[in-house]
Amino acid sequence: MRRHWVAYGVAMVVTAALTAAVVALLMNIRERKHEARQTYVQLVELSEETVDPAEWGRNFPREYDGYKRTVDTQRTRYGGSENVSKLDEDPVWRRIFAGYAFGVDYREERGHAYSLEDQKQTLRTKQFKQPGACLQCHAGGMRRVYETVGGGDVQTGFEKVNAMPLEDAWKHVEHPIACIDCHDPVTMQLRVTRPGFLNAIKLVKAAEGIPNYDPNTMATRQEMRTFVCGQCHVEYYFKGKEKLLTYPWHKGLKVEQIEAYYDEVGHTDWTHAETGAPVLKAQHPEFEMWSQGVHARSGVACADCHMPYKREGAAKVTDHHIRSPLLNVSRACLQCHHFSEAEMLARAEAIQGRTQDLLDRAETALVALLDALLAAKRRGATERNLAPARQLQRKAQFRLDFISAENSMGFHAPQEAARILAEAIDYARQGQLEAERIRE
Amino acid sequence: MGQATRWLPWALCVMVGALVGVGTYTFRYAEGLSYLSNNPKACMNCHVMREHYDSWARSSHQTGATCNDCHVPHAFPEKYLVKMDNGWNHSKKFTLQNFREPIRIRRSNLLALQHNCVECHRAAVQDIAGHRDVEEGTARCTDCHRSVGHLALD
Repeated sequence: MRRHWVAYGVAMVVTAALTAAVVALLMNIRERKHEARQTYVQLVELSEETVDPAEWGRNFPREYDGYKRTVDTQRTRYGGSENVSKLDEDPVWRRIFAGYAFGVDYREERGHAYSLEDQKQTLRTKQFKQPGACLQCHAGGMRRVYETVGGGDVQTGFEKVNAMPLEDAWKHVEHPIACIDCHDPVTMQLRVTRPGFLNAIKLVKAAEGIPNYDPNTMATRQEMRTFVCGQCHVEYYFKGKEKLLTYPWHKGLKVEQIEAYYDEVGHTDWTHAETGAPVLKAQHPEFEMWSQGVHARSGVACADCHMPYKREGAAKVTDHHIRSPLLNVSRACLQCHHFSEAEMLARAEAIQGRTQDLLDRAETALVALLDALLAAKRRGATERNLAPARQLQRKAQFRLDFISAENSMGFHAPQEAARILAEAIDYARQGQLEAERIRE
Repeated sequence: MGQATRWLPWALCVMVGALVGVGTYTFRYAEGLSYLSNNPKACMNCHVMREHYDSWARSSHQTGATCNDCHVPHAFPEKYLVKMDNGWNHSKKFTLQNFREPIRIRRSNLLALQHNCVECHRAAVQDIAGHRDVEEGTARCTDCHRSVGHLALD
């Protein structure tokens, strides 16, 4: 009799446990199915007025979590996002930038969440007068600001803000680069909001035979996954007294085409304090370099590697923790490349290591040119005699900077980077020969 | 005492009935029967294969071969043994959420895949299918023809 009790007891406990397990499984499946529907709960109504990313985060917590992590400062071998001084790391750049604000303060840029704070902290804005044009890419919700300042017209507002002192422009903004800069607040569609890019991509597409190009209505979704980044990660300059923010793509996106445009319009960023050469500062031509690489040719967008999809349960999420793919190799590279993580990292670092070696040589060559020009000046060389060597400094320096300031250490277009650095070395040594030939 | 033993079997019956009921419902809710079919949509039930499905739908094999045609043996009962093996692995990993991404095909499945390529394309590949590397599974059709099934990269 007692045995029966025990047997029944055990059978009941087992059945209960099994039932509980099946219910747990049922709930798990239900949760996954729910996640897969990709619904979102609208807690806040977003509009063109909603600039604060935290508000957007209430509707899109997964994406916002990633965005917030752009404050991270993890390093890769050749890059990083903590604000270390590049001038202290490699003091030779103080000489290369002699007489220019970058020679005073030049730091590694931090993540998007710091874009406004970093702009306010750098000595380039504290010790030097800068125009409102700088703000286009450092604050969130600029389209709205331009619209307000321009009395409804974005381009007019853009021109007005560009021309005002940066301190005045700051009064219009309170957030760093935000959701609203790349997304439509109602449809969440990707969109380009920066007039600088919209004006310049028109030129590029017109040269390809497409008149009146507007990415917001004419680009594919995959193109937009690059264009939203290309809004800011580009070479630019401030045109004329109005400080009109201009991307120099009138003749094309390659370094010599950009240089040819600058030569044609007679643009010079500053006069080199040591040599007197009319030199150029390259900014961060990621979009231009990417466009010369094999990934661009294969239709791979910035977001594919810098914001790869991740899975949270059954939900597919674009990783808004924008960062170096080398910190996220398995998601960023291995979706397409069927190798191990270690192999992919080794491949990328091999490209970067070679670029760094060439960059070091180009630096050495450029410094040799600076020395030769200084020596020629000491020998009493005339302005006219110095001019050809100074022109070669301009060419060499722009090319060296084009790769040095570009944030991928050659990876975005390895052969193009090597070609540009080879030219930099050649022009620097040609300039050195030229300067050494000057007798008096 | 005697009364208790009389209701205990009934109680147990009710519990087992509930288990079977909940189990059947869960099986249905999880679309359990679909896994016996050849419908590619069944492979998307757990959502991980969504991208694979989407790119297959645009691939050259879309009109000719489904997931099963390439990924599981064609013969009975091997087909269902492989389905059971993979089904167990997939459901365990997806439920516990403890797998590495991106997911990678296991060696046994890679061999089954290769076997199926040759089975359908025998007329075209019979002259090379006998090479040692192919026999040993170190040279596979998909090494070069990577985009024919899904994840079009070319």
